[in-house]
Amino acid sequence: MSAEPEGAIGAVADTLLYLDGVSVSFDGFRALNSLSLVLAPGEMRAVIGPNGAGKTTMMDVITGKTRPDTGRVVFRADTDLTKLDEPAIAQLGIGRKFQKPTVFEPHTVWDNLLLALAGDRRPGFTLRARETAEERARIESILRTIRLSDHRARRGGDLSHGQKQWLEIGMLLAQEPELLLVDEPVAGMTDAETEQTAELLREINRTRSVVVVEHDMAFVRALGVKVTVLHEGSVLSEGTIDHVSEDPRVIEVYLGR
Amino acid sequence: MSPAPRALAVPLAVPVIVTGTAVLVAALALGGVAPAYIVSLYGKYLCYGILALAVDLVWGFGGILSLGHAAFFALGGYAMGMYLMRQIGPRGVYGDPLLPDFMVFLNWHALPWYWHGFSHFPFALVMVMLVPGLLALVFGYLAFRSRVSGVYLSIITQALTYALLLAFFRNDMGFGGNNGLTDFKDILGFNIESGRTRAALLVATGVVLSLQYVLARAVTRSRFGKVLIAVRDAESRTRFLGYRPESYKLVIWVLSAVMAGIGGALYVPQIGIINPGEFAPTNSIEAVIWVAVGGRGTLAGPILGAVLVNFAKTLLTGTLPEAWLYALGFLFVFVTLVMPKGLMGLVRMRRRDDVPGAAAAASAAKEATG
Repeated sequence: MSAEPEGAIGAVADTLLYLDGVSVSFDGFRALNSLSLVLAPGEMRAVIGPNGAGKTTMMDVITGKTRPDTGRVVFRADTDLTKLDEPAIAQLGIGRKFQKPTVFEPHTVWDNLLLALAGDRRPGFTLRARETAEERARIESILRTIRLSDHRARRGGDLSHGQKQWLEIGMLLAQEPELLLVDEPVAGMTDAETEQTAELLREINRTRSVVVVEHDMAFVRALGVKVTVLHEGSVLSEGTIDHVSEDPRVIEVYLGR
Repeated sequence: MSPAPRALAVPLAVPVIVTGTAVLVAALALGGVAPAYIVSLYGKYLCYGILALAVDLVWGFGGILSLGHAAFFALGGYAMGMYLMRQIGPRGVYGDPLLPDFMVFLNWHALPWYWHGFSHFPFALVMVMLVPGLLALVFGYLAFRSRVSGVYLSIITQALTYALLLAFFRNDMGFGGNNGLTDFKDILGFNIESGRTRAALLVATGVVLSLQYVLARAVTRSRFGKVLIAVRDAESRTRFLGYRPESYKLVIWVLSAVMAGIGGALYVPQIGIINPGEFAPTNSIEAVIWVAVGGRGTLAGPILGAVLVNFAKTLLTGTLPEAWLYALGFLFVFVTLVMPKGLMGLVRMRRRDDVPGAAAAASAAKEATG
């Protein structure tokens, strides 16, 4: 897909996302402490860490919900995300899935995906928009990917917890983002659903970069990707799951508890 | 396939009922079968139906609880009232060829600049829409851009209408102060008191309400309407999808204000007076109750709610005036607790597939944060 950065500058051309010394404080509490992280185009990364390590704050900073006190967040080598708000960042190609699944409950599965499809977001367009054949084909294809083809006419609010998670992932796909941020996708899922979700994320990763924040170590192991361990707002350890789980500092603060 | 085709069906039931009953009431009165006063009474109910429809657009679909919507209604009413004042000409009590009576009484010698143009009906018609629309645009732009929402927004809408109430009470504002604008004679050259003019105004109100309903239905069923419902239920989620909720709120807010203004313009010639009392905060709150009674987010429900609640008000204030406010308060509490989807909720109990707005109204509040 379009993982090629536009107007890339030599040195960081092979970087999709670069967090450079990002710090965030809330009322004196340092949620992020000079956090630096580099994500390559097409990479899938798992981010783990104990509660309060700054995982969600990191997502908030990348998506424009929280502005950092210091530091830069560079997307595609040339865009500083800290200067933009949420809709602008979303339109640049960064999608986010929240911990608690948030779908539009009164709308059908179909309409949820329709609203998420990449396209003109202004009222002047949506007032006149008619569903096109192209849009229908896109939605059909996403429905197959997220295994909800048979549920298209059901209301988002009537889906099971796992189905809502998938619908939300489908909405992210519909946005056609270059980078997907996924916050605890398997929390509250059955084992079968967890396994299907890992498969789904790997499938998505074939065309897009993904950052997964997760508590579930079995799930992270199943993903089989590079792992970043956060602790007190900065990176404690980074590497394969086997590497980080043998790191004594990681064992001390996280796994050993 | 997409579950869309139903949305394309022409929504005939509401326009047929609204226009049909207006024509019927007008005909019965003209034929002498029914008393003449029911014409302007029903006309008033239908104008309130327009206001209720406008409130439903912002509250039912946009999640914006406006407690000041009667302000837009009253502004449209004042614009029409100014036209009607200019039609009096030299027939006022003081017989001044140029100035309305209240200006003569205040010893004014020239027409204030903002009264110019109002002797022309098309100009007044533009103002009926432009004034509420512009106020809504400025107010909405500032409020939504600063992400003011929920109860805070409700409070400032209430402050807005109260500020206008105080301003219009002042004689030197040039809108007739306490007494407002009244003693109208003609509209478009027809005697405003005549039975036929009143019948025509009633039918016109029915037609305008029907057209507004069709427009509101088209807007809420469009992709815009779906985004709006999404904004109502999960605003922050729409932002992460790349939508700007503030621009969606602004569009529906301005549209709703213009619709309310048109309702006020139809109200004034039928009632025969517009005064600052129309800005009273309670008027806006009553409009919210009509919507709640009829069924928030259903479009047809609020129209029904406005007509029924006002019919009840007419009956009760005739027999037991001091009981009305208690009855209204009880009604609101009852509807909120027992019938959260209002009267339309009873009708649609077994029709899950209908308007998405109705079903989610109850769950909207808990999704306010994100």
